[in-house]
Amino acid sequence: MTSVETRLPAGRAPAATAPPRRRGPSPMRRRENAAAYILITPFVVVFALLIVVPIIYSGYLSLYREQLVGGNTFVGLENYSRALSDSSFLSGVGRMAVFLVIQVPIMLGLALLFALLLDAGVLYLGKFIRLGIFIPYAVPSVIAALMWGYLYGTDFGPAAQIAERLGISAPPFLSQDWMLFSIMNIVTWSFIGYNMIILYAALRSIPSELFDAAAVDGAGRIRTAVSIKIPAIRPALILTAIFSVIGTFQLFTEPNLLRSLAPNVIGTDYTPNMYAYNLAFINRDSNYAAAIAFILGVVIMIVSYTVQLSTQRKERAAR
Amino acid sequence: MTTRTAADGTALAGVRTDTTVPPERPRSRRRYSADKPQRSTALTVMMVAVLLYFLIPLWWLLVASTKSNADLFSTFGLWFSGTNSLWVNIQAVFTADDGVYLLWLRNSLFYAVVSAVGAAFLATMAGYAFAKYRFPGGNAIFSAILGAVMIPMTALTIPTYLLFANAGLTNTPWAIILPSLVSPFGVYLMRVYAADAVDETLLEAARVDGAGELRIFFGVAFRLLVPGMVTVLLFALVATWNNYFLPLIMLNSPHLYPLTVGLAQWQGAAAAGGGSKALFSSIVTGSFLSIIPLVIAFLFLQRYWQSGLASGAVKG
Repeated sequence: MTSVETRLPAGRAPAATAPPRRRGPSPMRRRENAAAYILITPFVVVFALLIVVPIIYSGYLSLYREQLVGGNTFVGLENYSRALSDSSFLSGVGRMAVFLVIQVPIMLGLALLFALLLDAGVLYLGKFIRLGIFIPYAVPSVIAALMWGYLYGTDFGPAAQIAERLGISAPPFLSQDWMLFSIMNIVTWSFIGYNMIILYAALRSIPSELFDAAAVDGAGRIRTAVSIKIPAIRPALILTAIFSVIGTFQLFTEPNLLRSLAPNVIGTDYTPNMYAYNLAFINRDSNYAAAIAFILGVVIMIVSYTVQLSTQRKERAAR
Repeated sequence: MTTRTAADGTALAGVRTDTTVPPERPRSRRRYSADKPQRSTALTVMMVAVLLYFLIPLWWLLVASTKSNADLFSTFGLWFSGTNSLWVNIQAVFTADDGVYLLWLRNSLFYAVVSAVGAAFLATMAGYAFAKYRFPGGNAIFSAILGAVMIPMTALTIPTYLLFANAGLTNTPWAIILPSLVSPFGVYLMRVYAADAVDETLLEAARVDGAGELRIFFGVAFRLLVPGMVTVLLFALVATWNNYFLPLIMLNSPHLYPLTVGLAQWQGAAAAGGGSKALFSSIVTGSFLSIIPLVIAFLFLQRYWQSGLASGAVKG
């Protein structure tokens, strides 16, 4: 590489500023294409085998029904119409919608607030606080659910102990009325830090020119946050929102573990994912489970796109 | 460079991948204006209170793992009892059920490391190719990969299980590792990262030097991609280490379980049988021990994952 400069063909501009080459497939172009295909092949192969094939297989399964006599029969969309009038499935989806509407705004709102405070440099111990809030993300959701299950519990949970000492009774965290909120708390505890770090990283990479203009305008710190920083990290906010939507509708681990503590509150159909799991592995009805999983995927995509579109419309309206 | 990395209209969730940011972005912390930010004691106190919410459960876990089973029920949860049973508990954890905990720990480690290294490697190669080459079908394939980010992975798990069952792959380590190798978000992240981190002039120079494209990747570009790759690796590591649904479905031999499924099973047994309450101290201590490796990994690798996220994943 020592004589690169001298070997460069005369008059040839560096590629970074060169116009996109639009020649026919030159030998060099062909070599580049070959390299590109070689580099993407390993990923594309596992992608095809573990994402595309299962989706197609799932779609295929969902159109059949297994019968004791006669084996698999094609039933068209029957599994789907069954799902759309299945109160177990619908109540699970409804429960997740409530969860989404309450938990996600709280989690992302707080994550944004923390990220803005950390980014503004107004805190002492900023680095320590940032890491401390993030650490729960490294705790597996199984452990988080186990731990909070004990914390909520009446046996040796600190909340119950403190309440007892004060002569009052602790909130019944694992009761019918409280359970959904107790699960929201576990999920929030686990994922605020993760979302905060994503938003914080986005805030750190806002180009400084934006702030110079604001400083000239004499904008205050809060004003800067609202009218410059938040719009600038909108893509990261949408990303966190969509990941939260996906995570919510897939909720499984937390309720499945808390079920052992409160089997009367959390049924096997508490979340759509628990329902699909029980259909497939307890009831052995994988055709119907496949249809449920398919509808769930469609619901997630619709909600995700709605989130995306609504923010775009808002942005357009603001302009 | 911009033309090569310009995203098509389907970029994930409106996250644009075009690099309108000048390549020489200031690496150091910008100062918005002449006035230095004033640190606020009130805000710090508020955030420390917030921090307590995040740390108290972990504190409880630490304290609880030093207690005997009787003390768990009879002493205040957030402070130590008189006697320290941590060592006894640890011994109990590692000897329970013929030392199956150690197997679970080993399994978790094995599944997570193999999956993460594989996922990061595949994502790095593909991300680099999408960032640096324009090739027929490239945009279409990349769009398909981006679309897959939104597919709920658990919705795939049931059909994957049935396929694996036909292939005789269930109840083997492959059942955990293979699905964990696919990280569509990792490809997206590495594409954004590679667009920025690997200078086009460097590639041209190597080409002029007569290096083949693959040699350029492995010899020149790879080194520059390492911080981004570590980010993908770390997040894939967490995803596999923390996964519960997939191993729960795929495995039925306890000696193949990772920690998550194993501990959940202990918990189920303890909660179901009133007589097996002796297990609680083992579950608590086992839980505490199981979070230590990841917490350490995050603390030690934070320089990598924080810079990886900052420069790649979430650029506006």
